[in-house]
Amino acid sequence: MNLRVGRHAVLGEMEAGRPVTIYVDGEPVPAREGEPVAAALYAVGIRTTRYSPRSGEPRGPFCMIGRCTECAMTVDGVPNVRTCLTAVRDGMEVETPGRKKP
Amino acid sequence: MNLPLETADLVVVGAGPAGLCASLEAVRAGVHTVLLDENSRAGGQLFKQVHRFFGSRHHGAGKRGFVIADQLAGECRQAGVEVRLSSTVLGFFQGGELMVDAPGGVYLVRPRAVVIATGASERCVAFPGWTLPGVMGAGAAQTLVNVYGVLPGRRVLMAGSGNVGLIVSYQLLQAGAEVVGIIDIADRVGGYEVHLERVAREGVPVYLNHRILAAEGTGSVESVLVGDAGGGKAYRFEVDCLCLALGLSPLVELAAMRGCRMVYREELGGFLPWHDAWMRTDRPGVFVAGDAAGIEEASVAMEEGRMAGITAAEELGLLSGGRAGAKRKAVQRRLEGLRGGPYGTGKLAAKVSIHGD
Ligand SMILES: Cc1cc2nc3c(=O)[nH]c(=O)nc-3n(C[C@H](O)[C@H](O)[C@H](O)COP(=O)(O)OP(=O)(O)OC[C@H]3O[C@@H](n4cnc5c(N)ncnc54)[C@H](O)[C@@H]3O)c2cc1C
Ligand code: FES
Repeated sequence: MNLRVGRHAVLGEMEAGRPVTIYVDGEPVPAREGEPVAAALYAVGIRTTRYSPRSGEPRGPFCMIGRCTECAMTVDGVPNVRTCLTAVRDGMEVETPGRKKP
Repeated sequence: MNLPLETADLVVVGAGPAGLCASLEAVRAGVHTVLLDENSRAGGQLFKQVHRFFGSRHHGAGKRGFVIADQLAGECRQAGVEVRLSSTVLGFFQGGELMVDAPGGVYLVRPRAVVIATGASERCVAFPGWTLPGVMGAGAAQTLVNVYGVLPGRRVLMAGSGNVGLIVSYQLLQAGAEVVGIIDIADRVGGYEVHLERVAREGVPVYLNHRILAAEGTGSVESVLVGDAGGGKAYRFEVDCLCLALGLSPLVELAAMRGCRMVYREELGGFLPWHDAWMRTDRPGVFVAGDAAGIEEASVAMEEGRMAGITAAEELGLLSGGRAGAKRKAVQRRLEGLRGGPYGTGKLAAKVSIHGD
């Protein structure tokens, strides 16, 4: 799935950072340098950023400005990182908290 | 825990239009001003706005929001404001220190005066399925699409017909998403006619007297069940994104923590710090401006910011009473102009009623 806006009616060609690759639960995901992890995930249709520890239900980004913490994931081994405020870096390892290992 | 402690004349929290203008007035009077914002870019709500702004020419009407933001931020830097981004203010203690979480670590700063210009947060309601991925605030959708160039979904239902709901719907259309409808529990559209016309011209239906019954789907939103207010009919919209534009509330945690007295005004978004016409709260040296002082518009936020910056500079001894008074008069006149319209009068009455509280 590709949800990136190519040409924007007002902004024209959307400025894009250098292509990089991040790893989400071990799977490679293409991203653009400078964008937040949550936006990179949304762009490829990954909307679940964590599973509720109580109900096991999926949760996804809700505010995109660091308020709701629904987007908190484990980034390079650090737990509870708000991925809507965290810029991607080439080779970054992201894990979905509460995900059942296949 | 021993945190580094800095001092400053003035700290402005929030680099939206209010904070930027407060900083500009203060620094031009000679105040050493530190401007903090948790975003990596200055401008607050403005840099998400790709539409041309309403308001007066003086406030950048006709320009797109992000252009106004970049201009103001540039002026601030040039005038000597110390702009510190990616810096979240975590606390504002009774002793007057602010706790800041910055890339270099957490530190404290004890300024002689503080302007709280933290803006607003989006309101929310709970309904079955509201935690499903794909349900998000309209501001989140706007950030995704306008700042990062990513669609929040291909088929979107918008809840809320205020200006934010109307404008974000239009911006989603511009970016290539389909907006299947805008619903509102009220019996009339909340936003301005101009914004309604734009989405109406694109054929987006508005369903008044309707509310969300549930968001449904496994793993993420696949449909939304909507019912008419009378409890009669229910409809199912097949969508992959539900945006909530249910209004804004002033972001007042820092003021509350500092012990500022709060008042409640429905017209201004709920609880807000009591303040006078010069934007002083009841705590000495603590000012408030913009959406944090009641939800209005960017142009009003700019003028309130100026008012706070001028008064802070006067209290810090860098503007004489006469000069400060003359500047305030000019700001006051512009504010009256801005609040003169049919939408502004209710807000103005609510504002004035606070001063007497
Ligand atoms: C979709 C939409 C369309 C709009 N269109 C118009 C229009 O056409 N014309 C108009 O006049 N107005 C418009 N507005 C309203 C306008 O954007 C706001 O009224 C205005 O931005 C308020 O300015 P502000 O400076 O008070 O707050 P904001 O712009 O919200 O800025 C607050 C800043 O404070 C920062 N902050 C908050 N808490 C902290 C903390 N603890 N530490 C550090 N930083 C913090 C935030 O990150 C943010 O950058 C629109 C708003 C929206 C959402
Ligand atoms: S989406 Fe709300 S904190 Fe990241």
